[in-house]
Amino acid sequence: MDTILFIICAIVAILSGLNMILQKHPISSALSLVGVMGALAVLYLLLGAEFLAMAQMFVYAGAVMVLFIFVIMLLNMGRERASRKSWFAQIVGLPLVLAFLGILLFITKAALPPFRAVQFGTWVGGGAYNIGRLLFTTYLLPFEVISVVVLIAIVGAVILARKEID
Amino acid sequence: MNYYVVSVIKIVIVFAIFMTALAYLQWVERKVLGHIQTRTGPLRVGPHGLLQPLADVFKLLTKEDLVPPYASKIFYLGAPFVAVVLSLISISVIPFGPKITVFGTTTYMQIGDVPISVLFVLAISSVSVYGVALAGWASNNKYSLLGGLRSSAQMISYELPLTLAIVAPLLLSNHLSFRAIADTQAGYYLGFIPHWNIFRCPFPQVFGFAIYLIAGFAETNRIPFDLPEAENELVAGYHTEYSSMKFACFFMAEYANMITITAIATLLFLGAWHPLFPGPYCDYFPTFCFLIAALIFFYGAANPARSRDRKTFPVFGLAMLVLAAIWAVPQFHFVTVPLWWFCAKVGGLLFAYIWVRGTLPRFRYDQLMRFAWTFLFPAALINLLLTALFVAVFKGC
Repeated sequence: MDTILFIICAIVAILSGLNMILQKHPISSALSLVGVMGALAVLYLLLGAEFLAMAQMFVYAGAVMVLFIFVIMLLNMGRERASRKSWFAQIVGLPLVLAFLGILLFITKAALPPFRAVQFGTWVGGGAYNIGRLLFTTYLLPFEVISVVVLIAIVGAVILARKEID
Repeated sequence: MNYYVVSVIKIVIVFAIFMTALAYLQWVERKVLGHIQTRTGPLRVGPHGLLQPLADVFKLLTKEDLVPPYASKIFYLGAPFVAVVLSLISISVIPFGPKITVFGTTTYMQIGDVPISVLFVLAISSVSVYGVALAGWASNNKYSLLGGLRSSAQMISYELPLTLAIVAPLLLSNHLSFRAIADTQAGYYLGFIPHWNIFRCPFPQVFGFAIYLIAGFAETNRIPFDLPEAENELVAGYHTEYSSMKFACFFMAEYANMITITAIATLLFLGAWHPLFPGPYCDYFPTFCFLIAALIFFYGAANPARSRDRKTFPVFGLAMLVLAAIWAVPQFHFVTVPLWWFCAKVGGLLFAYIWVRGTLPRFRYDQLMRFAWTFLFPAALINLLLTALFVAVFKGC
């Protein structure tokens, strides 16, 4: 059951991700991204990280993507038109992508511990209680720093919006 | 019994009851609104218009299904499905009663008991804005687009006070599951004040409840806040271009959201299925209520306002007597009494929704936004901070 769900959600996530890049219309791309996030949330749930799954849903799929779509609708963007490809991109593009993927693979292999097979439904520790405990003990400093950063961003946004009105 | 079999049975029961409730909520709304405005409401189809929802369904099914030529097809067709599916999904984590044992099978009166059900409902409600926004955008109509934009802005704005109002009772109950929160609200202070979160000791959630209800009106696009479909400005808002069953989907989604919002209010603030009075006689309170209803019906039949009341009211009175008899059987009390209290609270809140619709005029759009950001949001924040403070200081209360 878990494996079937995993395969379905993984396929949905990958297809939505590809669709996001390939679609010409901004709204289609944004909605494909929502599909990726929904599928990822189900994957988190399968791994036992229930709090993370729900946070993924209402922070990314809910708040962030709704704002994206809101802006796209507000500006009433149409289809993207393909620009004439520059000679630089045509010649160097593919080798650069391959090189980047190679570096990425190398780094992940070097930095991460050796892979183990994932067992579904064995890990319990993704509940709100454990996450809250970790946030307020082990990761207290990063948590507080992030909140200050977010506060700065909010203040900055308010100031920018103010100038626009005056 | 097998977990899957039990789940399927529960899903069928809940779905059937929920859909019937949706259809008849609309009938109740039209009736109540009619009487508020000294009209009679639906009266022609069936006795007292009771078959009106059925007639409406047939009418909507047989209407022509139009698709505007310049609409973007996929999103235009998908939006009603998104709206209705997301609004129906939340009911799956809402408990209606305690743990029960039927035919040797112990189960919860709830489709799925998820440890993070509050978060689940919040996640679904934050995603449900897509249905409305996409419908508005995909219709390729300026009124629809304006309606969709307004509703996305409104839902995003009012989700903040709504969520903050929900967090305060979570602090009191110390759980994230609706079932656990409901269980912490059993019992009474001094033997008569119920343990509901709205009366809860360190900091009673009266303000939280008020903020939640107001934000709930806005989340469901109901009348003082129904700007997304303000008919004098926007024709019908985001569903202007929709007809037939696709329109019905939006309609259903709105009513399903209403039921979900009131059910959550009941679970988080009004003590879920725990009764208002303590003591052994409280189990017979539902019977008493049904008997009074039956008496009113028989009195109405004896002094009929219309000639047909002479025939219909005795039937309704008999139905009430049958219900009273069912609720009087002590062997059924473990199911019937909690269910009655839950439905009574949800029904009372739904009646308040309809009442407000019949009473208040619509806000202007700038008033709506200013109200959300300059009053409701700070109020919810202060309520949350005070609750946190009181919970921290008076720990064992």
